This record gives sequence, C-alpha cells and structure tokens, in this order.
Amino acid sequence: MKTVEMKHLSAYYGTFKAVEDISLTIRPGMVTAFIGPSGCGKSTVLRCLNRMHELVPGARSEGAVTLDGEDIRGEGVSPAEVRRVVGMVFQRPNPFPTLSIFDNVAAGLRLEGRHPKDEIVDRIEAALKRSQLWNEVHDRLDAPGASLSGGQQQRLCIARTIAVEPAVVLMDEPCSALDPIATLRIEELMRDLADTYTVAIVTHNMEQAARVADYTGFFSIEEAGAPGKLIEFAESSHIFVNPTDERTERYISGRFG
Amino acid sequence: MIPNEQSTFGRPVARNRLVKDRLALIAMYGAVIVSIIPLVLIVWFLVVRGVGAMSWEFLTSSQPLTYVRPGGGALNALVGTAYMVGLASLISIPIGIAAAVYLNEYGRGAFAVAVRFFTDVMTGVPSVFVGLFVFTLLILETPLGFSAIAGGTALSLIMLPIVIRSTEEILKLVPQPLRDASYALGATKARTTMRVVLPAARSGIATGVMLAVARAAGETAPLIMTALGSVQLVTKWAAPISALPLYIYDGARNPFPAGQERAFAAAAELVAIVLILTVIARWLASRQPKGARP
Repeated sequence: MKTVEMKHLSAYYGTFKAVEDISLTIRPGMVTAFIGPSGCGKSTVLRCLNRMHELVPGARSEGAVTLDGEDIRGEGVSPAEVRRVVGMVFQRPNPFPTLSIFDNVAAGLRLEGRHPKDEIVDRIEAALKRSQLWNEVHDRLDAPGASLSGGQQQRLCIARTIAVEPAVVLMDEPCSALDPIATLRIEELMRDLADTYTVAIVTHNMEQAARVADYTGFFSIEEAGAPGKLIEFAESSHIFVNPTDERTERYISGRFG
Repeated sequence: MIPNEQSTFGRPVARNRLVKDRLALIAMYGAVIVSIIPLVLIVWFLVVRGVGAMSWEFLTSSQPLTYVRPGGGALNALVGTAYMVGLASLISIPIGIAAAVYLNEYGRGAFAVAVRFFTDVMTGVPSVFVGLFVFTLLILETPLGFSAIAGGTALSLIMLPIVIRSTEEILKLVPQPLRDASYALGATKARTTMRVVLPAARSGIATGVMLAVARAAGETAPLIMTALGSVQLVTKWAAPISALPLYIYDGARNPFPAGQERAFAAAAELVAIVLILTVIARWLASRQPKGARP
C-alpha cells in the first residue's frame, strides 16, 4: 500500500486542457472514488496516476504525482515500472482473447520473468481466490478468458491486476458494462481489496461511490470545453450527507449534470 | 400484379413506391446474375477443357521437349511456381508485416504518410513494369541472369504492398482496450505488439498473406522477363525456370493441340491451387479461439 498524492496536476490533450490544478491525496487502505458529470476529466486524472494518459498521442500533463513521496515521472522512472506498482482495471472487461484463464492471470507475472513455475501456480490461485473467481473457474483454467461472462471477465481482469501485487489498484468505471448482480460482487471486491491495496475508482454511479468509497472527490466543468476541476474532496459521509459546496449538493441531489 | 393501393395496418402505401421497390429488386438480381456469368463460364471452361486433360502423369512428369508431342505434364512449372512463390513469401511476409506494424503502431508524421502513399502506389503499379524493373536491376546489372531468384524477387514486389495494407487494416481492428490492458500490466510497447496485438490479429493477417500468395501464384507478366521459363525440370535457383502461368502462356499460344491441352490442364491446376489457398485463408479467418464468446 502506498499513498498517492497529486499536486497541482493539469492534463492536456494537445492544446485542450482537460483538467486543471488538481491536488488531493489518496490514502492507503481506503477506497477513494471520483465522481462527476461526463467530460469532467475524472478518468483522465485516474489515467495520470499510472501514466496511461501519456499513451494518447499529443497528451501531456503538468504538476506532480507521487507514490509515498516518490515522483512517478522522476528521472529514470519508466512508465512500465510505474504501471507494475499502480495496476489498472478498465471500463469494459479486456481479457487477452488468445490466452487461457490461467495465462491471462499469469501475463503480468511472466513480464517479470523470474518466477519458478510452482510459484506462478500458487500466485494465480491466490489472485483468483482473492477476486472471488476461483470457485467458478478452478476446473477449467485452460479455457479461453473470453469464454467467461462479462462479470467473470471483469473479475478475471482484477485477478490479472492483483497477481503482480501492485501497491495501488485503479478502476475506471469497472461496473458500467455489468448487470446489478455482477456490479454488487465487484463492489464487495473493492471493499476487500482496500484491506491490502490503495484503491481508487472512477464511477458514474453516485450510489456506488456512497456504498463503497471512504473518500469521494467531486469533479465538474463550468461549461463545455472548459477544463475539469476538483470541486470538493472529503469523506464520503460528508460529501453525500452534508456537502460544503453548493455545486456538489446540486449534483448529488440530481439537479445538475 | 401490384395492387393499386396496398393497405398495411390500415394505412395506404403509395403505388409508385411499390413499383420502385420491385424495380430495385429486379435490378439487383440482374446485377448478381450478370456478375456470376463470367465466373461460372470460367469454371465450366476449365472443368471441360482442363480436367479432361488432367491425369496422374500430368501432375508427376515434366513437359515434353516439343509442343507437338502429347503426354507429359507440368511438374517443371509446378516446381518453379513453388520455388518463386516460396522465395517471394520469405521476402515479403516478414517485411510486409513489420512495415504494417510500423505504420499502425509506431508511424507518425510525414514519414508514415509517405510510406503509406508509396505502398498504395506500389499496389497500382502494373505487374509488367515490376518485371521490367527487376529485369533492369538484377538481370542487366548483375551476372545473375534469368532465374528463380529474379522471378521470386519480382513476385515479392507484387506481394509486399498487399501484405502491408491488409495487415495494417487488420491491426487497426485490434481494440485499443486490449493494448491498454497490456500497458497497464507494465508491458513495453514492443512486448505489447509481439505478445498481444499480433496474436490477436493472427487469423486476419493469415488471410491477407494467403490472398497475396494466391495473387503471386497467378502472375505471368513479371515472370516473362525474370524467370524466362524452361521446358525441363529445374531445381537450381540461378537458372531459367518455368512457372504455371508461364507454362499456360507458352502452351496456349502455340498452334499444336497437345500443347494447348496441357495449357488448359495447367490452368485447372493453378486455379485449384489458388482455390485451396483461398479456402485455407477463409478457414483461418473464421477460426475463433476454442469456446470464445463473440
């Protein structure tokens, strides 16, 4: 578990400023949620935390992101190193279609390339158990990852992410392609993961943030084309019960956005 | 036949729209039939003229020394086609796939635009000019002479743009979230390309490659000036060699019935080879990983 800290983070796509001057701290052992209307830059902020943002042609960012005080864009730090410490789960389940269930979870470990075979087997079993998928797949680990249902695929992606034992797990709207029951299982999983990982999620679903997150950040834009800004960041109980900012209050009560 | 007014759920439909509907349908059926006629005629012609002349002897023996003599076969041409298409594949498939990976995964800016433009131009270059180019480059300028090497080189220039463009189109279809999944695990770009993007695209790439091979197997013009042709079974790389299209061309334009008959049999053989390659390509393209959901 590591503490993620953003200081005056701004992110751009070419000349377009997507988010402006974000400063907040994501605490270890907690679930932190980012909410806000579409286009407010909450996913962009999340993608800055493991340097996925810079994969988009023309994208760049300013300000600092640190892991326990260490700059993730410091000299000599490669994006690949950062992403091994800061894992990510995506909006749509994206298991590798040509790989089996076993090989999907092993993909990250094999990148490190120095684990004995029985250690890999043990760690895959542990990751699948932790992601609540083991009981459903233990007798068909050779089946293709794409043969699972959507909710199972997403849990497979979570297993793949935690198999390499990162310090931070980022989730970008991980339930938006899933039905309510699959969503519930992922939400339980998020709570469980927070025992040993720093967890940050982006969600469109305010109820989800209220159910799952210890801390919630509300992002918004003043008008189309303006950069997204962090309006309020506080404990979820505060944000959803007694928000300080009037814009937060309007958003969570459904009168805006 | 067409009612004056048709009632659908109690609502009238204008007569002229029904007429237009029928006319469009008739026009489409007509177009389908017209476009099938040449295809059916070609196959019928080949079956009647070619398969009749086909025999075990034809598949396993070479051309008689004169066209007048009956019998013999096209083994010399089949071997030549295998040599030259094989060499062309060895050259153009790795280079073509690598170039397509560059264009789709790495290429930015003016250089990539230029490469894509010249690839398109190469696709449109008449194949006889490709033959002339290799003739000038390898046969006039080097001691190599007419050979399988020169012929294979010419065929590789025909195949290269097809491999590049078809592979690039397939790589474009590999979804970005799949690449993201690999990057998010800490994979480098090179590893993502080799282990995730290319495997995900392999059946589509195989289809494109097979179509390029089929195209090269049927090319005549570039071989006339590079492989020249031979009536004997040649297994050397640096000597004039025959190929199925050359064999057909030679046999069909000579006045002796035995030679013409062999040309038809060779044509049937060539079409069968191309058909088999196309079926393999279709099969590879339709193949999904076992048990995968669409």
